[in-house]
Amino acid sequence: MNKEHRLRDNVLLGLGLALMIAALYTVFIYVPTEKHTGVVQRIFYFHVPVAWVSFLAFFVTFIYSILYLWKRKMKSDAIASASAEVGVIFTTLILITGPIWAKPVWGIWWTWDARLTTSLVLWLTYVAYLLVRSYATEPDRAARFSAVIGIIGFIDVPIVFLTVNLWRTQHPTAIIFEGGMDTPILVTLLVCIAAFTMLYVLLTVQSASLKDTENEVKRLKSIKEE
Amino acid sequence: MENLGYLFAAYTAIWAVVFVYILFMQRKQRRLQRQIDMLQDSLDKQDSVDSLKK
Repeated sequence: MNKEHRLRDNVLLGLGLALMIAALYTVFIYVPTEKHTGVVQRIFYFHVPVAWVSFLAFFVTFIYSILYLWKRKMKSDAIASASAEVGVIFTTLILITGPIWAKPVWGIWWTWDARLTTSLVLWLTYVAYLLVRSYATEPDRAARFSAVIGIIGFIDVPIVFLTVNLWRTQHPTAIIFEGGMDTPILVTLLVCIAAFTMLYVLLTVQSASLKDTENEVKRLKSIKEE
Repeated sequence: MENLGYLFAAYTAIWAVVFVYILFMQRKQRRLQRQIDMLQDSLDKQDSVDSLKK
């Protein structure tokens, strides 16, 4: 790792840590407890940012998948797959924190309503993306096939987002875009979104650099075998 | 402080998943480093054999 990369990683890590401490402060100390649902409402401050980050991650995968198919550069594939991997991690967190929040509020862990079902489909799509990559024998094939899934799979992201407006669902609507949110709640949510976005950047940069190294090792191995 | 257990479970799950993913990346990095060392060794051996031939 060269000096420039180390400096970048340290800056990202410092920023990430500062934002995460700020997020924990706002969630547990700054923001008052919500009157109707009580302390459990604080899951909202991590559930929503995690959902935002997974949408962002799959959008990055979508863009870099197009770039890979267009320019055929392995660097684009590394970023697309790293972002998809981190996106799957964050979608897993949506599917874990959602039911934990739903149980005390709705009285059930899960229901097959449009938002929850399309979120599960999103997770399954990108798990398939990662499986295709791990089972493909050649790196070029893995990159090509997964890029196609990365582009087609992204169709589900706006569907997940719009479900609460298109259908009657158990899941609440995205009140952040409707206005009327109290200032402490809005500030806390924005700080948490910034913290989780930074965590996404950190994990994706690390994962993409590992994939670059992996590609380089594969290339050297093939040279040696020749 | 009703439902504190649910809040605790959700936050624990978030940090546990992120932590496991970081461990997974670290393991991958160690595996790649081992492979690079092996490749480097075999290239060094190849170089010394080539220089002896000359």
